[in-house]
Amino acid sequence: MSGVRVLVGTRKGAFILTSDGKRKQWDVSGPHFTGWEIYHVKGSPADPDRLYASQSSGWFGQLIQRSSDGGNTWEPVDNKFVYDGVPGTHQWYDGTPHPWEFKRVWHIEPSLTDPDTVYAGVEDAALFRSTDGGKSWAELSGLRKHGSGPHWQPGAGGMCLHTILLDPKDPARIYIAISAAGAFRSDDAGATWKPINRGLVSPHIPDPDAEVGHCVHRIAMNQSRPDVLFMQKHWHVMRSDDRGDHWYKVSGNLPTDFGFAIDVHAHEPETVYVVPIKSDSEHFPLDGQLRVYRSKTGGNEWEPLTNGLPQKDCYVNVLRDAMAVDSLDSCGVYFGTTGGQVYASADAGDNWAPIVRDLPAVLSVEVQTLS
Amino acid sequence: MIRVVLPAHLRILAKVSGEVELEIAGPVTQRTILDALEARYPPLRGTLREYGTLRRRPFVRFFACEEDLSHESPDAPLPEAVASGKEPFLVVGAIAGG
Repeated sequence: MSGVRVLVGTRKGAFILTSDGKRKQWDVSGPHFTGWEIYHVKGSPADPDRLYASQSSGWFGQLIQRSSDGGNTWEPVDNKFVYDGVPGTHQWYDGTPHPWEFKRVWHIEPSLTDPDTVYAGVEDAALFRSTDGGKSWAELSGLRKHGSGPHWQPGAGGMCLHTILLDPKDPARIYIAISAAGAFRSDDAGATWKPINRGLVSPHIPDPDAEVGHCVHRIAMNQSRPDVLFMQKHWHVMRSDDRGDHWYKVSGNLPTDFGFAIDVHAHEPETVYVVPIKSDSEHFPLDGQLRVYRSKTGGNEWEPLTNGLPQKDCYVNVLRDAMAVDSLDSCGVYFGTTGGQVYASADAGDNWAPIVRDLPAVLSVEVQTLS
Repeated sequence: MIRVVLPAHLRILAKVSGEVELEIAGPVTQRTILDALEARYPPLRGTLREYGTLRRRPFVRFFACEEDLSHESPDAPLPEAVASGKEPFLVVGAIAGG
């Protein structure tokens, strides 16, 4: 019997939502880690019962929790994230040098093949890896030290490494993205890195097509075609057909191309989902209408998906890590809002319904497809 | 016997209820209490003081005997009432945020 497990991180705890393959009836478990900010929860593709959660608070700092039974029980593992060597400085908001300081883990990405290997993207931006199930962490410092690090600047939400994509066809290839430094790629398992921002244009920075400095919000790929990437930048929805070496805009007929979340259909590599947000100062849907936009042509031609979503007086946001897809035959699409709703579609976006309506603000949504 | 009162979130993390009791040989200071606390309950490492610098986290406070000791040297002797176990050493999450 197939089913899905939706892992939801919120401002005040984690929730686990489970259903069978029909995705009509849901069980809600939680809150786990009550009162703590849960930036991200993600399961190992190699062992679905192995979950990792990033737990943090302004009072007590960062913890990493691990489950070996699908989220029924948890144990804290190592939370010591120490930058490699002398951390140095990046640029502060005012352009002055600012020392690198660890604040929190934004994103956890378990290895595709080994449940004990897991990556963590942190603020201030750096990439860490554990090969012992989270018992110890080491920085992959080639990223921060590749040369442009002293010029990176934080976005409004902090200088966070929020996206980690592992190439399912090439274990040595890793993509990451940082607000507001841009996207980077490693072709040697994280030892060395190169910026991959050619084609990005950001009118609000001094050099609009600079090598680094772009506020990339999220990158997504289809697992069967990892050379093609889709990006939601601060403004602009972008696409690359060559592993990020070159990007081009595919915003097309979107009513606004500002946003945070983006994902790709599990079985149709040209079907892409975004949630347009009005603007960078008005973080809510256009005209109070919550609409997912879907392109079946790899961008440019977008259709609004509204059935089951609020079409008046809706002023929530959908954050960058708060959208995911399952891989059942009829692809499910999920997203969470800052208003505490988690919406699901079991038919690739044609129809939507809330799984839950009144959680704390949703920070992240991940989905595990269970067999 | 030193008595330590943790805030609710950290009691859950340490899997304790009520006060924590610690045996400390030698001087009783913030540092020796925190060292003993972290040794007994490893998940608390990094939650009260930062790794590396061992600085108290900004929103963590240490109270005892109706005094705020947060800004005292971590190596300063704590009041005799704490060292004798008559009064608890209170770890407090500051009232901040929402």
